[in-house]
Amino acid sequence: MSISANDRRIIEATQSGLPLTPAPYAEIAASLGLEEGEVIGRLAALQARGVVRRIGVAPNHYALGMVANGMTVWDVADAEASRLGAAVGALDCVSHCYLRPRALPLWPYNLFAMVHGADRDEVEEKRAGIAALLGDACRDSDVLYSIRILKKTGLRLTRKGGR
Amino acid sequence: MRRQPLKLDATDRQIINLLQEGFPLSSRPYAEAAKRLGLSENGLIARLGMLREIGAITRFGPFFDAAAMGGAFCLCAMAVPGAEFDAVAAKVNAHAEVAHNYERAHALNMWFVLATETPGEIEAAACAIEADTGLAVFRFPKEEEFFIGFRVVA
Repeated sequence: MSISANDRRIIEATQSGLPLTPAPYAEIAASLGLEEGEVIGRLAALQARGVVRRIGVAPNHYALGMVANGMTVWDVADAEASRLGAAVGALDCVSHCYLRPRALPLWPYNLFAMVHGADRDEVEEKRAGIAALLGDACRDSDVLYSIRILKKTGLRLTRKGGR
Repeated sequence: MRRQPLKLDATDRQIINLLQEGFPLSSRPYAEAAKRLGLSENGLIARLGMLREIGAITRFGPFFDAAAMGGAFCLCAMAVPGAEFDAVAAKVNAHAEVAHNYERAHALNMWFVLATETPGEIEAAACAIEADTGLAVFRFPKEEEFFIGFRVVA
């Protein structure tokens, strides 16, 4: 998927957030030497293509009391995996949901769903809900709780990839 | 990380719950969004600034699909012997391609994400980590992503 030079400049100018001023897109446009209409139009086009996924707030779920998270993993029949993944991904408690390859024999799971809750009991309750949703299509499952964050750096678009 | 949940009033919660997506692309987007929330333009702007200040929200703005911008990502895992864990973590984290890394309770006890500019660099980084640590790096690239109904209810 190609991103034009101006798209990339707009992404760089907004990836840490929108200005909290009445006309934020005009302010970004001014900083880039563009027209407000071009910034709005390009963001709308990027949103239509899925490059912009959403525009809004990122709640800090730790600060809001959702301090427990578990990576729930499921071995579901391949033929059902896409349909079931979509159903699991649509749950409010699931923040990320992916199909990934198995690594047999150590790792039989192909569906990954990150589940959040106020505590581990709540995560387990939600995990049981997912198990019920998957039913017989699920052959095995596990949940991996994080013990320690070993490294966390923001994912940032860098100049290196600029075109 | 906070131990105590923040004290938020009904308006704060409404902003967090209703403004997780759909912020307008228009000349006066705060005024437009504020109307839907029953607030004034300046009132919404002030609240968003305050929510960011106290850490109830981490960011306000557009969220980009990093892969769509040309980057490549891959979840990886390793089974690290307990006695070597911290030494291996230091070796893995020293690679700039490692974006985040978590210790998790499982035989596969180290889980990290590789982020690079191109897909080819993912494989090179995984091989470099295997060479550095003498341990296998299991690759779990996403085959399909489901996106997504996650709502944090404040």
